[in-house]
Amino acid sequence: MDNLREQWFGNIRADVLAGLVVALALIPEAIAFSILAGVDPMVGLYASFVIAVTISFVGGRPAMISAATGAMALVIVSLVKDHGLQYLLAATILTGIIQIIFGALKIARLMKFIPNAVMIGFVNSLAILVFIAQTPHFIGGNLMTWLFLLGTIALIYLIPLFIKGIPAPLIAVVILTIVAIYSGFNLNTVGDMGTITQSLPSFFIPDIPFTFETLMIILPYSLALAVVGLVESLLTASILDDMTTSESDKNKEARGQGIANVINGFFGGMAGCAMIGQSVINVKSGARGRLSTFVAGVFLMFLILVLGDYVVQIPMPVLAGVMVVVCITQFDWHSFKYATTAPKKDVFVMLLTIGVVLYTHNLALGVVAGIVVSALFFVNEISRVSVSQQGTTYFVKGQLFFASTESFMNYFKSISMEQPSIQIDFTQCKVWDDSAIGALMKVKDQLKANNITVTFLNIDESSKQLMKKLTGSTLTD
Amino acid sequence: MYQHILLAADGSENSLRAAKEAVKIAKINAETMVTIIFVIDMVKVKTEVLHASSNEGLYMERRQKIVPIEQLFQDEQIKCQVEMIHGSPGPEIIKYANTQNVDLVVIGSRGLNSLQEMVLGSVSHKVMKRVQCPAMIVK
Repeated sequence: MDNLREQWFGNIRADVLAGLVVALALIPEAIAFSILAGVDPMVGLYASFVIAVTISFVGGRPAMISAATGAMALVIVSLVKDHGLQYLLAATILTGIIQIIFGALKIARLMKFIPNAVMIGFVNSLAILVFIAQTPHFIGGNLMTWLFLLGTIALIYLIPLFIKGIPAPLIAVVILTIVAIYSGFNLNTVGDMGTITQSLPSFFIPDIPFTFETLMIILPYSLALAVVGLVESLLTASILDDMTTSESDKNKEARGQGIANVINGFFGGMAGCAMIGQSVINVKSGARGRLSTFVAGVFLMFLILVLGDYVVQIPMPVLAGVMVVVCITQFDWHSFKYATTAPKKDVFVMLLTIGVVLYTHNLALGVVAGIVVSALFFVNEISRVSVSQQGTTYFVKGQLFFASTESFMNYFKSISMEQPSIQIDFTQCKVWDDSAIGALMKVKDQLKANNITVTFLNIDESSKQLMKKLTGSTLTD
Repeated sequence: MYQHILLAADGSENSLRAAKEAVKIAKINAETMVTIIFVIDMVKVKTEVLHASSNEGLYMERRQKIVPIEQLFQDEQIKCQVEMIHGSPGPEIIKYANTQNVDLVVIGSRGLNSLQEMVLGSVSHKVMKRVQCPAMIVK
């Protein structure tokens, strides 16, 4: 309990301040992600409020910010377009249930097996897709649209040189919204994209037919959402773990994300997950505890209740400008160096992940494709042993097991030997299983048939023991 | 002579040169203690975690940057310890110097990030202005 008290009230002042900062930075993003998903801004704002507040109690990583995110918004675009909001809410609840199951099955441990190349591809394709989703708000727009867009971007980069503590995107939005209102320029606003209701979210059951057919419609989306949500949440948790030099319970976080999404769906919010950018802002602002996430959610809702009338007047090019900067920050610029220095197969996997996501607009498919291809590369690599010859000694290098015995056998089949006796050296090779030992015996017998005697050298102790167990003798004797 | 020298290190060429100067000074007094401070920049953590194979892989990558510097002190049998701190480099070095009884700070004139220095000014300049003990900036 002491630990929990520490997680809530160990850092009150800094947690509250950071929470306020994050709430301010969160509003433009929650609205932009709602518009991206094709729903009213309230759906993203309610989601951000409900998820942040819920996760502050049930999450595994204190100080992490979860809300409506771009990654989730991208997955649901087509569901909203084809079936509407009610199906999205149902899918959100199902996503939560799947995530709770993942948490119970301790699936978070498996995240370690997602290769870097796939994670880098995930982060980059997310940034690219969110950027592309902004382009309709300014491409083809008039001069004023472009001025407001570029003005927003410029302000966001310049403001931090003079003002620290208040998020620059918010200052830029406030200044340019005021300019837009008083100058009377004809710009698209948030109000044109949907309505802002100044009321608290309320509980209701999504209005859908409870049939097998409905389940089949939402299940693929929910599965994708569950995977995408956990990938981003657990990556964010790892980043915060490192920033705060503390550890967090990833399975509890997975379960917490699930609980948050279930509640969220019943209160009219779209599926969400942890946000890398906002969480980093939170911790950099001094947050360490759960209180920061709670304050961020509550203050965000408070601001909407009070300032809703002004929020609808934010010009769309300004919001798009904020999102362009989010994408620039989100994108992993180090990838360009990575592409030239990393092993070719890793670069291939990264590009493949990006390619699949950009083609299908589904981050989950990109992740799955990336994992499958890197697993294939891995198996291909590990299932090969190389043999080199020096005089009458043959040096084996690699792992000898059922998948690699063939390449071992093939080597000794393919070469012609004149020497009456040879040695095979295993200093750099480990013999793993019955197939490997079978291969050794087979090579020995085959060469014996050609009047060549074989001695095995430097077989390590555990391999010898395995031989003894299986054959009753170590082949080296 | 100096009892506690703080050497700021980021693994750059410059910090290695600074370390060599710190060795010269520390050698004078057998009692001198050298603290090598390596600040893990919060801004870079996202990239580092994304590109690291595991927590341990990331630890190795960071630790590896200080090993050559540590070696210089060990070769001369100078007492030294390593501090790895998360934060932004300038303020963390200053905070450590001003709270841990440091009587000399040694730092390279410019580190790894030249673009950021152009915009925000160099870390060494900030450190020199705000530490309460003498500072030595190594070109």
